[in-house]
Amino acid sequence: MKERPRHREGAKRVSPLAPASVSFGVAYGVLAVTAGMGVVAPIVMSATTFAGAAQFAAASVLRDGGSVLAAVGAAVLLNARYLAISVSVAPAFGGSHLRRLLEGQLIVDESWAVAQIDRGRIDRRLLVGAGLLLFPCWVGGTVLGVFGGDALGDPRRLGLDAAFPALFLGLLATLLVSRRALVAALLGGLTALVLIPLTPAGVPVIAASAVSLLGLARR
Amino acid sequence: MSATWAVVLLVGVFTVAFKGAGPLLLGGRALPARVLRIFELLAPSLLAALVVTQAVGGTRCLVFDERLVGVGVAAVSIRLRTPLIGVMILAAVSTALARWAL
Repeated sequence: MKERPRHREGAKRVSPLAPASVSFGVAYGVLAVTAGMGVVAPIVMSATTFAGAAQFAAASVLRDGGSVLAAVGAAVLLNARYLAISVSVAPAFGGSHLRRLLEGQLIVDESWAVAQIDRGRIDRRLLVGAGLLLFPCWVGGTVLGVFGGDALGDPRRLGLDAAFPALFLGLLATLLVSRRALVAALLGGLTALVLIPLTPAGVPVIAASAVSLLGLARR
Repeated sequence: MSATWAVVLLVGVFTVAFKGAGPLLLGGRALPARVLRIFELLAPSLLAALVVTQAVGGTRCLVFDERLVGVGVAAVSIRLRTPLIGVMILAAVSTALARWAL
C-alpha cells in the first residue's frame, strides 16, 4: 500500500494538535531557560527525547534545585510507558534497523493514539505521519521559547491543554466496542485517578497499562 | 559535564531506548497470541489513564479546573458524532471561554 497518502492521513488526524504542540514547546523552552538549562540543551532535549511531560518534569526538578538523579528519575518514570507502547506496536514496523530505530522515535502518545486501527493493532504509516508533523512543531516551539518567544501567550489561557484529553477521549470512544475493552478502560481510568495523589507522576499511567494484563485472563 | 547536559543525555538515552526497543528488536515479527491479547486491552486502559491524568492531574494531587468543561464538551460532542478535529477544537475553545468567564 502507498506510504505517502497514509502519512498525510496521520498528519491530518493530529493536525488540530499542531498549534497546541508549538505552544507547549514554547512553554517548555521558557521553563527550561528559567531552570538554567541554557538555550542549546533544551532544543537538543526536544529533538532527542521528544516527549512533553517528561521534559517539563525534568526542567521543573532542575529549576527547583533538584538533583540530576531526581530529574532523570522523574522523566524516565514518565516515559516508561513508551516501552510498553513500543513493544505493542513492534509488529507494524519493518525495513532496515536504522529505519525502525528512527521511526520508533516518532512514537508519542498522540501519534500512537491516532494510529489505532483495530484490536490493539496500529497503522505504522499513520503513526509516522502524525509524528512527522508533531516533531517540528515541538522542536520549533522549543526554539521559539528559549529565544524568548513568550509572545504566543500561555497555552492554558487558550484552552489548549484541554485539547489533549479531548483527543484521547475521542479515540477511546472508538475502541469501546467490547465488554472487555470497556472494563479495561474503566479500570485503567480508575487506577490513574486513585494513584495521581499517591505516587510520582508517571506511575499512574504505567499502573493503568498494567490493567491490560487482565487480557491474559480467560474470557 | 554540567547537570543540565547529564539530564539531557541520560533522559535522551533512556527515551530513545524505550521508543526504539520494540521496532528495533521485534520489528515486523508477529507477537504470540497471548501477548496480543494483552495489547488488545493496552489501548483502552492506557488511553483512559491519559484522559484522567490530562483532565484532572496535578502535581501529586487532583486538580478540578476549567479543563473539565472542555472534557465535558468533548464527551457530548463525541456522543453527537462530531469529527475528532471538531471535538478537540470545541474542547479548547470551551475551556478558554470558561477561564475567561470564571
